[in-house]
Amino acid sequence: MNSKYCLFGVLVLASASVLATAAQQSGASAAAPAKKSAAQKQAVQPPDEGERAFQQHCSRCHTAPEGFPPSISGTIVRHMRVRAALSQRDETALLHFFNP
Amino acid sequence: MLRPVFSLKHRAGACAIRYFGLALAVAAIAHRGSAQDTPLVSGGIGFFTSTNGGNTSYYPTVEPLLAAPIGQRVLFESRAALLESISPNGGNQPGYGHTHFIGLSYMQGDYIASPHFTVVGGDYLIPFNTYNERLSPIWIGNFQDGPLIAPLGVFSGGSGLGGMARGNAISRSGYSIDYTYFYSVRSGNEQFNAHRGTGGRASLYLPEKRLEMGLSYDRLLQGTHENFYGAHAWWEPKDTSFRLRSEFARGHHAQGYWVEADYRTHAFGGLDSAIGRIEPVFRMQQTFRRDTIVSDGLPPVNTQRADFGLDYNLPHNTRIFSSYARQFSSTGNRNVWETGIVYRFLFPAWKGRQP
Repeated sequence: MNSKYCLFGVLVLASASVLATAAQQSGASAAAPAKKSAAQKQAVQPPDEGERAFQQHCSRCHTAPEGFPPSISGTIVRHMRVRAALSQRDETALLHFFNP
Repeated sequence: MLRPVFSLKHRAGACAIRYFGLALAVAAIAHRGSAQDTPLVSGGIGFFTSTNGGNTSYYPTVEPLLAAPIGQRVLFESRAALLESISPNGGNQPGYGHTHFIGLSYMQGDYIASPHFTVVGGDYLIPFNTYNERLSPIWIGNFQDGPLIAPLGVFSGGSGLGGMARGNAISRSGYSIDYTYFYSVRSGNEQFNAHRGTGGRASLYLPEKRLEMGLSYDRLLQGTHENFYGAHAWWEPKDTSFRLRSEFARGHHAQGYWVEADYRTHAFGGLDSAIGRIEPVFRMQQTFRRDTIVSDGLPPVNTQRADFGLDYNLPHNTRIFSSYARQFSSTGNRNVWETGIVYRFLFPAWKGRQP
């Protein structure tokens, strides 16, 4: 049984290493995935506080929905403030990100 | 096997729908927010298949979520699940049988008392480790079934009834710390069944490293007072779409862990290219029995399982899942093949004012 545990451990570490290496290598060409789909109209703007907050907090769990009406942007941010324990600064930045 | 939807407590479907509808009505009446605070309906609608030992089952599922701000500091939120399970008849009988579940996953009110302190009341998801709160919605998780250790630390049902304090304790440019603390009362109510217990979670997040680490603890305060310990670590290297997530949980009778990695490449035209939409996923998990009492929902013997998945992120918030898992245990090894498709919806509950 111990050999099985070792084998699984090796598998996990090997998979993580391969994926991490591949991820780091392609990192230079990485775009802002969340920004593209969450606020398509901002796709060509340089990174800002809102985008940073989005990538650090929202993208941690899920990909961004492909657009939504501005009338619910405040509700989304408040929902995420509770769920993701956003700071007030991040909440403000996200709200601005969704409603430039 | 579909992911554990702990909140499917066999609640009467009509009552669950009634509660969800009532919540929507209350939100409509109470809504007095800004032009950006229109209540929303979100969620996922999916169709899953699972082939285990040559038998294929089908699971059409809908998980709607309602979020409704009330004033400047209150948020009402609720999620429900409607699941139909269609499985082959046992005992060499031809044909399929079906069962259905309708239940509330949670229904809670949040009061944002200060930038660092939010009070939650109602029927809430127990904040133990990360899976229950973050990854259990069908439109978020990478696999359609949850990890083997998911039942640990969530008091069987996955939700508690009572109060919770949570928030961001410290937020600096180099790190942030968030916390939750909850107390749940015992309830035998058909709609809001819960165990008496208490616990919490604290997490440290390092934004430069994109690394999150956290510890969880809770204690069941009824029957045998069992302690549950948890730890999680998530790492998402900056400017990549690689994610590594892991959890460890230890209960009174069993313990285990899972490690999951997923990746999307930017190398062939970005994430929205045909290649960039492909998402390979791998999950490794093990459970270990500490004694022979099997009352926690984990496998009755030590079990190892490896899941290999390939998801495809279609346009318009649609996602295709496919996975193969090999599970090893002394009671027999088995293969599990799963496929599924999920559409995520998100729209205002009604037409709001124009911002």
